[in-house]
Amino acid sequence: MRYATTWKRPPQIIKNRRLAVALQVGFAIWFIAALATLDLDWVRMTEGWSRAVRFAQGFLSPDFTSRWRDISRGLEESLTMTLTSTVVGVAISIPIGIGAARNIAPRAVHAVCRSIIAVSRAVQEIIIAIFFVAMFGFGPFAGFLTLTFATIGFIAKLLADDIEDLDEAQVEAVRATGAGWMQVINYAVQPQVMPRLIGLSVYRLDINFRESSVIGIVGAGGIGATLNTAIDRYEYDSAGAILLIIIVIVMIAEYGSSYLRKFLQ
Amino acid sequence: MLDLQGLIKTYKTGDRAVNNVSLSVPKGQIVGLIGPSGAGKSSLIRCINRLVEPTAGRITLGGTELTGLAPRALRRQRRRIGMIFQEYALVERLTVMENVLSGRLGYVSFWQSFTRRFPPADIARAYALLDRVGLSDHADKRADALSGGQRQRVGIARALAQDPELLLVDEPTASLDPKTSRQIMRLLTEICAERDLPAIVNIHDVALARQFLPRIVGLRAGQVVFDGSPADLTDAALTRIYGDEDWDAMRRAEADDQAEAREALATQDAMAMA
Amino acid sequence: MTDVTDHLKGDRIWTWRTPRHRLLLWAGWLGLVALFVWCWGVMTKGTIWAFVCDAPAQAADIGGRMIPPSFGYLPELMGPLWDTLNMATLGTMLGVVMAVPVAFLAARNTSPSPRLLRPVAMFVIVASRSINALIWALLLVAILGPGLLAGIIAIALRSIGFIGKLLYEAIEETDPRQIEAVTATGAGPAQVLTYGIVPQVLPAFWGITVFRWDINIRESAILGLVGAGGLGLKLQASLNTLAWPQVTMILIVILGTVVVSEWISGTVRRALI
Repeated sequence: MRYATTWKRPPQIIKNRRLAVALQVGFAIWFIAALATLDLDWVRMTEGWSRAVRFAQGFLSPDFTSRWRDISRGLEESLTMTLTSTVVGVAISIPIGIGAARNIAPRAVHAVCRSIIAVSRAVQEIIIAIFFVAMFGFGPFAGFLTLTFATIGFIAKLLADDIEDLDEAQVEAVRATGAGWMQVINYAVQPQVMPRLIGLSVYRLDINFRESSVIGIVGAGGIGATLNTAIDRYEYDSAGAILLIIIVIVMIAEYGSSYLRKFLQ
Repeated sequence: MLDLQGLIKTYKTGDRAVNNVSLSVPKGQIVGLIGPSGAGKSSLIRCINRLVEPTAGRITLGGTELTGLAPRALRRQRRRIGMIFQEYALVERLTVMENVLSGRLGYVSFWQSFTRRFPPADIARAYALLDRVGLSDHADKRADALSGGQRQRVGIARALAQDPELLLVDEPTASLDPKTSRQIMRLLTEICAERDLPAIVNIHDVALARQFLPRIVGLRAGQVVFDGSPADLTDAALTRIYGDEDWDAMRRAEADDQAEAREALATQDAMAMA
Repeated sequence: MTDVTDHLKGDRIWTWRTPRHRLLLWAGWLGLVALFVWCWGVMTKGTIWAFVCDAPAQAADIGGRMIPPSFGYLPELMGPLWDTLNMATLGTMLGVVMAVPVAFLAARNTSPSPRLLRPVAMFVIVASRSINALIWALLLVAILGPGLLAGIIAIALRSIGFIGKLLYEAIEETDPRQIEAVTATGAGPAQVLTYGIVPQVLPAFWGITVFRWDINIRESAILGLVGAGGLGLKLQASLNTLAWPQVTMILIVILGTVVVSEWISGTVRRALI
């Protein structure tokens, strides 16, 4: 018996050959069109090259000292903002998260809590910050409110999803003993969800620090404001120093949070 | 054909998995390697194609020494050794054909394998092997769409695609039901007979080993404690390999098992004839 | 004689956790509260409470001005919307191209030199993850001048860390037996990569990429605030001129885009599983 000597891998995702070709052509057209709208300004870019070199130098030989007062104030604002907003945000998230869990909350409460979460998640931190700055004035208080609001959307959603996923058998078992609603939460829900809630809070602390370095750009205080000023003044060595500080703190936070999560469980 | 001399494998943890094993396998012979879990069966066969680097000893395959070869030369020698795995170890997300063709990877250039442009002879061989293991209709299916027995057949086809001079078989039936296990063992022994291939088969199922394999080597704590035919595998020998156990009870269960399998095969044959 | 009551004698009274454990727990909570109070004090020392009290009035004022949204502004937003989508997509593509090699260098089982290159790859990932796209954009606008290119590169630089981290974790989670089986055929390192590892991580790769694309759509909508083009540029202009109805319109467009991109990303990721 003779066997075929050719074999072609059958298409895995898009089985229709014409559709596959059409998609490829469409992609190519889009790609060219998108690149065409880039509108590159070569003169400006060559001018910028010297700045890029200066920035790279600033990053390699950062200047921590000459703007240390600004940097330390920015850091202080960022760090305090991060902690307070995480604590308050998590505290508010717990009732909202419980309320947003379909299996333990009444339907109306569920709908209200889910919409709070949806609003908080849909709008970017920076836009919220713009509004809070307009309402509460410049400074870290607006930043604190922004991060708190963002934390609620993050923690409450994951907490609610967790509660919805939890082991029904354990809840049933506690309910079967004749426990009230609060007792069910305390004995059946809390033990199952608590380790993850702590893990999420620590993770959010990490995210809030990173975000606190950004919202300063629109006036909500923190290290971002210092960085923005440094770049505006073309002080790239100070900017490099600030970026390095941010990277180091995030690294510490990351290793610290993984250690803390292991320790707490 | 294959010759092991004083093979030793000591892991970083200090565990000596293989302890001074010397073994020689002539052409066309299938050797069953039995022993309790942790006796070093898996380490031993992985030492042969150096997936596990042996600590000391010599391995020669058809006159070529495998120990001490540089990476490129080692890869060339690995082509000569087909390996069949416990739980199949197919690349699940590739098609059956790609899995079989992956047996040719040692023979083709990176670019040919990357673009899936294998030589026509390799493709014809792959189709022939799929036909031999009874899967000619499944070439374009993804490997994870097959049943356990079918996957192991693909695993056998992949090993044979290498055109090997030796087969290493690691627990081929560990995750298969008794009937499929027997079919796979029969296929393996037939194929080895057809090609006059020597093979080493790790197997924890003593009954299966007895039924299919002409030579059995017992391993305990990394050392060879038995080497003989199934007839020599007495209770005393089993105790030497596994420690004390009620072998009579086991043999009765074994007999039942075999009767059942014979029956199953008989019905299958009847169905095939009908 | 042993019976149940034996256990009631002596000191075997059941308590929730050991006393030492409870003490530690209380100390931990107390420490957290003290830290919170101190941080609160430090943070609010410059806060002007008169402004804070005034906030509801301000909010009502802004809210009043924002409604109704200026629908006439919508056609003018189509160009920036197109720019925003392109910025996110091109940025994601550029990010993927850079992130894939970094991920393979960072994964324990594929890194060619765990001592030297792996820490470098890890640093690239952490550095990229710690710096927000907006900050990258701030820098790049200063270097390259305002425009889409700065935004694309900012998005790409931020994406390296995200994609790189998730991808290297996926690579480390691959089934070693499948890789071993390919190695045993005598395949070279590049062939082991393409036959043993790539097929296993491909679904994760597409999932991560689409996920990041979705995030990048959100990010690119605001990068214009620092001059990197797209919808954010219009937002900045409207905010500067206090054109609140236009601001509302822009926010509606951003929200719509985000919802659509999240739906696309969710659908694709579900299809991949």
